[in-house]
Amino acid sequence: MNHITIGDIVRGDREVFPPYLYEAYQSTRRRAPRLPLIEVPLTLSELTGPGPAISALTPEDADLTRNAGTGGEAIGQRIIVTGRVLDDRGTPVPNTLLEIWQANAAGRYLHKRDQWPGPLDPNFLGMGRCVTNEDGVYRFLTIRPGAYPWHDHPNAWRPAHIHFSLFGSSMRSRLVTQMYFPDDPLHALDPVFNSVPTAQTRKLLIAAYDHGITEPEWALGYRWDIVVCGPSATPFESREGKQ
Amino acid sequence: MNTHLLTSSQTVGPFFAPTLLRKDALRNVLVQPETEGECVRIEGHVLDGDRLPVPDAMVEIWQANARGRYRHPADQGPAPLDPSFVGFGRSGTENEGSYWFETIKPGPVRFDNERWQAPHICVTVFSRGLLNHLVTRLYFADEPTNATDPVLLSVPEHRRATLLAQRHEEGTSVVYRFDIVLQGEGETAFFNV
Repeated sequence: MNHITIGDIVRGDREVFPPYLYEAYQSTRRRAPRLPLIEVPLTLSELTGPGPAISALTPEDADLTRNAGTGGEAIGQRIIVTGRVLDDRGTPVPNTLLEIWQANAAGRYLHKRDQWPGPLDPNFLGMGRCVTNEDGVYRFLTIRPGAYPWHDHPNAWRPAHIHFSLFGSSMRSRLVTQMYFPDDPLHALDPVFNSVPTAQTRKLLIAAYDHGITEPEWALGYRWDIVVCGPSATPFESREGKQ
Repeated sequence: MNTHLLTSSQTVGPFFAPTLLRKDALRNVLVQPETEGECVRIEGHVLDGDRLPVPDAMVEIWQANARGRYRHPADQGPAPLDPSFVGFGRSGTENEGSYWFETIKPGPVRFDNERWQAPHICVTVFSRGLLNHLVTRLYFADEPTNATDPVLLSVPEHRRATLLAQRHEEGTSVVYRFDIVLQGEGETAFFNV
């Protein structure tokens, strides 16, 4: 533990989660912690979390094609993105809030800091929210985002992706991540995607095209399941038992 | 037995604010006029490895109410819930990397059958350049029970000060200052939870 090499600091399972320092993604260099994360006992504070309370309080808004308030419809390939939120035992996580945001079909975000010359779509905000049902299922209607240029390295393009934020049942299940689309040649070139340590876990960030979800004359379907930490048995004792 | 591989984390990126900091979402003010407890303002800066402000971060907090009860099914009391208090807050950072919350000082929370934890607030930090969020805790520097808090005691002694918010009185309001240093000198003690 005394000798910490670059990229050695990871929160959670190091087979699953990216290191904080991943030099190819330049923004990590001055923001990644340098000192080892501290192992602390789990208490009621970590085994609770805001998920249940805020899921009950936040309004749903799951149709990104029509939620701009203009009465108009977003331009782009209409898609359904759906899947289940599960815990690591495979148990569905019901009533949990998902918040998503994405670029428009041209790869442009509606944000003052995004100034590349891709067109904005007045009928697309690129933000949505929904709560999983009793089977842990979420469902968004949106348009397929375009690839997005950024300044990490010369001619850098982010593969098409949708940002997801979700809470789950406790502080330990908090997750912010990105969903990617299948068969994208930009995956191999993207340092954010490739910061995920194994091919197996990277693949889990890619949605699957699912013709059973596709609706005729309406929208293409993608399936993406999300797995978050489940509830632990008891505070503190569970961690002591592993030592 | 765990059968499913966890979904990995990716950075929140630079464009989350219109969605995650929407006006109708739970935000910086956690209290209502009727909320029980000592009103405190939490404020601080998020700083990078060059001690430069991080202007595009998001800080989330989670805490118990003034009686030490979390609004969550895993907390079975016996302390009462406060109907006017959820205990969750979100703040973006401004150009100077500053964030703030208006909340109450939480009550003590049980550690196990014998021991109590000192009042604390769980803090989570997200930003562009963080591929996974960071987790830490805010403790109140003037709180005597910090000396016996089992979580604080598991932090190496020379790093505990990074978790102590310093009390200031500004007019009639109580402010606790808590800077979050992502890297380098004075780096905040972050937890592997």
